Amino acid sequence: MCDCAENEKKRFAAFEEIMAGWDGDKSLLIPLLQEIQGAYGYLPEDVIVRLSERTGIFVPEILGVATFYSQFRLTPIGRHSIKLCYGTACHVNGAETIGGALCDELGIEIGETTADGAFTLETVACLGCCSLAPVMMVDGEAHGRLTPAKAREVIKEIREKEAAAQ
Amino acid sequence: MMKLMIGLGSCGIASGGLKTQARLRELMSAHPEAEAQLGSTGCMGMCYAEPMLEIDEDGRKTVYGHVDEAAAEEIFRSHVLGGVPADKYIVKADWRETEEDSFFAKQTRIVLARCGVIDPESIDEAIEHEAYKGLAVALKMKPEEVIEEVLKSGLRGRGGAGFPTGLKWKFARASVADQKYIICNADEGDPGAFMDRSVLEGDPHSVIEGMLIGGYAIGASEGVVYARAEYPVAIKRLKIAIKEAEERGFIGKNIMGSGFDFHLRIKQGAGAFVCGEETALMHSIEGKRGMPSMRPPFPAQKGLFGKPSNINNVETFANIGWILRNGADEFMKYGTEKSHGTKVFALAGKIRHGGLVEVPIGMTIREVIYDIGGGSASGKPIKAVQLGGPSGGCIPEAMFDTPIDYETISATGAIMGSGGMVVMDEDNCMVDIARFFLNFTQDESCGKCTFCRIGTKRMLEILERITKGKGVPEDIEKLEVLADQVHRNALCGLGQTAPNPVLTTLRYYRNEYEAHINEHRCPAKQCKALIEYRIDPEKCRGCSLCSKKCPVGAISGEMKHPFVIDPARCTKCGTCMATCRFGAISVE
Repeated sequence: MCDCAENEKKRFAAFEEIMAGWDGDKSLLIPLLQEIQGAYGYLPEDVIVRLSERTGIFVPEILGVATFYSQFRLTPIGRHSIKLCYGTACHVNGAETIGGALCDELGIEIGETTADGAFTLETVACLGCCSLAPVMMVDGEAHGRLTPAKAREVIKEIREKEAAAQ
Repeated sequence: MMKLMIGLGSCGIASGGLKTQARLRELMSAHPEAEAQLGSTGCMGMCYAEPMLEIDEDGRKTVYGHVDEAAAEEIFRSHVLGGVPADKYIVKADWRETEEDSFFAKQTRIVLARCGVIDPESIDEAIEHEAYKGLAVALKMKPEEVIEEVLKSGLRGRGGAGFPTGLKWKFARASVADQKYIICNADEGDPGAFMDRSVLEGDPHSVIEGMLIGGYAIGASEGVVYARAEYPVAIKRLKIAIKEAEERGFIGKNIMGSGFDFHLRIKQGAGAFVCGEETALMHSIEGKRGMPSMRPPFPAQKGLFGKPSNINNVETFANIGWILRNGADEFMKYGTEKSHGTKVFALAGKIRHGGLVEVPIGMTIREVIYDIGGGSASGKPIKAVQLGGPSGGCIPEAMFDTPIDYETISATGAIMGSGGMVVMDEDNCMVDIARFFLNFTQDESCGKCTFCRIGTKRMLEILERITKGKGVPEDIEKLEVLADQVHRNALCGLGQTAPNPVLTTLRYYRNEYEAHINEHRCPAKQCKALIEYRIDPEKCRGCSLCSKKCPVGAISGEMKHPFVIDPARCTKCGTCMATCRFGAISVE
């Protein structure tokens, strides 16, 4: 028997939960998108369409907002998020060299996700822990005073941990 | 009773403060006889020494730095259990002098008075340290009198532009409407700046109090804090503080029996630098793309949701409670004739003692960088300081005797800015720094006006060309023409100030631009397209260490014979140079 209806219900359960707390105020579009991304990891197309139907905000308008702010993503991210700081303090302490080492180690460019879906590498304008420059944040944990070798080491450790878990 | 406080600002957490806290908690439960209390506080300012631990023995304070788990255990056993301070970790103590006393000696703390002193998640501790006293004073005055007091204090916008706060409030007060808004700009977007984050993390009540007083003064019953989503710790602590303030009746209806009602909410930004511009920020709160609008109408007439609105920055609000509590006359004792009070700076880059500092306006750059910051971190001479982030400029070492106030800094071509102060040494290429900032503003340009959207793009292309050694002599003039046009014609502050990093580096370091263009040479040896790593065959002992460490396998050779680097494969990461024990590798 087809369980499409059941699957669909599951897929939109998080969306429904978010919308249950919405009071009809259209100016809350950004917080709604933030919550959706929090639940799904990115902004899936079908959820955006449903959001449009529910709020009466046109899809292009939603996409206009979603693509304006760097926080929002329209594609899924890897299991591990690497946010390399490209702030001024990190820049003067060699952040671009760290970026080069990470790209080389992962075999991707900045902004991309590895083919195995393990890592997404992004840069951020400033993480605010300038005294630890250069810094990157991996899965929410800051790694400071990086060298190219140290940055590569962090990736290798995560890979080893994942391999061991399998 | 011994009280232990661990510094848990973002820097402290990033340096492992939570692990230190957990270790201390374990030790304390294993040794209940120690009868000590463990608490936490915000940023103590000495970010370079994080994680930090303060031990307070009935008023006798000892501050430890670089407290990792092992150090925490050592300090616990020696100081807490044994009563003997662990000397080697002490960075500050009120019972003896330390080498690092100079870090605090020249500071004056008005905005940061409670930062790193109180537990930011406890309104009681804030109240114990005079929070909301300024509000009580204000609510007994007429709104016009409050505005007069702020106007008299001479407080100017700490977000960077320096507009008199009292005057801004006066305009908002003069607008008649059924609803007005007071907004706090906590969208601290300058890369290399973390003052506002530290204030929100360390003393959120100071900002809430300032907003309440501002709301009362202009006649606004609604307040919004627009905060960067990238600052989760600040947002969490602000939420707790708002809730506590509501429970104590500082926020809500009929505050302190005055008849004044005020509600406060947080709106999280979603990552757009332009939202620091006030009209863009308001569009973002309305759920739209954060693009600036033409002014007039000014926000004081037609702002958020079309209602009169007033926006001030975090640090500006954090001054207000102090001013009302102590009076404008007291505030005027600090600073210069034209600019009163203090300014908070985030010291970072190639500096020995990077951190959060607050100094009276008018102190020289030299005093801040050498006396407080301890000078160069690398030991190499300091070349310049960058003030004001992407809207600011680079000031060369020779001009470090310039006093820091709005007018004198503007005269150098930089701006006071929100407080980012990034120190650079001889290894930093000034053309590369200009390219770095242009890359940032170009990326963050919202695209609404042509001069910013296309002008910054063209400037960036020229700078990229120069740093790759492909610049042509006309490029400098082209940059100057473009800079002037973008500056004069862009719609908002982002575009108008975007050329500043280029103009200041052209003004003070034109020779570096010329070396890149005419000689295809980067004097600081930073621009990768213009440098090459080489091994000196005379000095190389053939140990093969560099070859093993090279991540791209660009170094080859035979043991005990000089090795060579293949320039085609070399990514110029510098690993080999850092590895070589014989100083055989150099950059040409």
